[in-house]
Amino acid sequence: MAYDYEKSIRPGKLPHIWCPGCGHGIVMKGLIRAMDACGLDRTNTAIVSGIGCASRLPGYLDACTLHTAHGRAAAFATGVKMAKPSMNVICCGGDGDGTAIGGNHFIHACRRNIDMTYVVMNNFIYGMTGGQFSPCTPTGAKASTTPYGNPDPIFDISKLAIGAGATFVARTTAAHPREIDKLITMGIKHKGMAIIEVLDDCPTTYGRRNKFRSVVDMMKHLKANAVPAVAAAKMTAEQLEGKFLTGVLFQEERPEYTAQYAEVIKKAQGA
Amino acid sequence: MAKKVALLQGNQACAAGAIYAGAKFFAGYPITPSTEVAEELSIELPKVGGSFIQMEDEIAAMAAVIGGSLTGAKSITATSGPGVSLKQELIGYACIAEVPCVIINVMRGGPSTGMPTGPGQSDVMQAMWGTHGDHAAIALVPSTVQEIFTETVRAFNLAEKYRMPVQVLFDEIVGHMRERIEFPEPGELEVIDRAPVTVSPAEYKPYDATKGQVPPLAAFGSGYKFHVTGLNKAADGFPTTKAEYVDAEERRQINKVKDNADDIVKFEEYLTEDADVVIWAYGSTARSARYAVNELRKEGKKVGLFRPLTIWPFPEKRTAELAKQCKGIVVAEMNLGQMVYEVERVAKGNCVVVHEGRVDGEPINPGQIMAKVKEVL
Repeated sequence: MAYDYEKSIRPGKLPHIWCPGCGHGIVMKGLIRAMDACGLDRTNTAIVSGIGCASRLPGYLDACTLHTAHGRAAAFATGVKMAKPSMNVICCGGDGDGTAIGGNHFIHACRRNIDMTYVVMNNFIYGMTGGQFSPCTPTGAKASTTPYGNPDPIFDISKLAIGAGATFVARTTAAHPREIDKLITMGIKHKGMAIIEVLDDCPTTYGRRNKFRSVVDMMKHLKANAVPAVAAAKMTAEQLEGKFLTGVLFQEERPEYTAQYAEVIKKAQGA
Repeated sequence: MAKKVALLQGNQACAAGAIYAGAKFFAGYPITPSTEVAEELSIELPKVGGSFIQMEDEIAAMAAVIGGSLTGAKSITATSGPGVSLKQELIGYACIAEVPCVIINVMRGGPSTGMPTGPGQSDVMQAMWGTHGDHAAIALVPSTVQEIFTETVRAFNLAEKYRMPVQVLFDEIVGHMRERIEFPEPGELEVIDRAPVTVSPAEYKPYDATKGQVPPLAAFGSGYKFHVTGLNKAADGFPTTKAEYVDAEERRQINKVKDNADDIVKFEEYLTEDADVVIWAYGSTARSARYAVNELRKEGKKVGLFRPLTIWPFPEKRTAELAKQCKGIVVAEMNLGQMVYEVERVAKGNCVVVHEGRVDGEPINPGQIMAKVKEVL
């Protein structure tokens, strides 16, 4: 029997704005399955995003949804969680939104280890504005503002999250739909800041400028270069050249921020 | 029973007013000369079961305040010049998404870093026009430590009643001045809470104009699932580009303030009945102005003071009346000309309007105002 996604989707809000072949829909389905797997009560779940194609995701989901300003998802979400720690908080957005204009909020949310799950759809480009390079556009790649090839080095979002202090960091791709919901489920269940980076495809503004002849080519590229972190441990640096690690990349237990603040309240009240 | 009194700094009185009003969430970033508001609330909020967070930057603080308010918590931030500039985009977000919150701006000089420890009154136009796009604004300008307390309470009331950001601006002099304050008893000052939602979750629309000019805002996590966005939206909260919806929403959001100006505008007058010249001043400058009025009266000169507590919406009705009954209005403010343009606009040439300003980090003194008044008399 087909999976019932419709119960989680707001009536009348489809079709979505995403282009044919865009991976964001695959991620949204993964998120729905993960929320179901965790048994999240959607009336008590805030889904917060910034600006960009990926940030339009919350509008389709039947929950408390907050589509904020460019880059600010993690900061708005922190306010929601601090003022109402009993809420489940999920952030989503793109690579430019999360790590360029929103980079400061992203790293500090990781540092605090506040209990939320942030799904970053990394499609290597600013899609909504027509394909300008992001901090995740591969060096040398073509974007509308790198007509001679991108001179910038990239951010590795997962490494950034680990370095900043997130306590659950995982990566997968839009070509691995089953792994998407598995990892988001683990992220939601994890007490603390969970970053799930999903390498995604933008056929419209990235693919066509960078010699991907079709969406299938882009998906094949994601599949061919994904190496599970466990397998990578046995591979040489040469073998790993141009590959990206997938699966759970980092996990540790560390005091969660709102739990720490609950202790502050106790102290202030003389308990 | 005798009232509880204290010798308090303006910034501390602001924090005390916030607690009195029922604030439950503060997010901020350290900045002179407003930091004591944050410090005080970091002590007091957890005592009342609220929460305090120091964010990574000014923008984040404004974002967190909006997020916190959406859960139903009365929310506040405090900052100063550069911080207010950084917050502007999200102040606009709070306007269009109609999220109640209070923004304290302890004013210093500027532009840019300016004189962080000196007073200024040069953010008063920014309070109206700082964020882009058409929007309404409410801004309050207390003059004394006691008034900072009461106006902070009023700011929360107006924010909740009109479902929008409200700014309280006071210059560094009032913010750091220590004065005697009497704490109002609980119930003595009106405290307005967010209007309850009266429809079922299935029927709820966050921008339903049929529920009035200010449709009730449900809280996240209270059983209502709805969408909040900074995009232009229809009654159901979802983005739209349909001209009729966009136009109706924009106008409603501006009219909710315009049509209720009498409820929002507050001012005080001193010896204006027979005044030939009216001094128009606010904040610490109004204290010098009152002194100037007394001195000039001793000299037999008919001078009065108009002191707005609300600058946005602009107190245009009363200012226009005064312009018709006096020879001249002297607008004294610690900037090189801001509110004076509004006074000129509503005076419509019925009287002379002149400006007395100062931006050197020193307060405007009574002598300076008296000299300007004598030029007009």
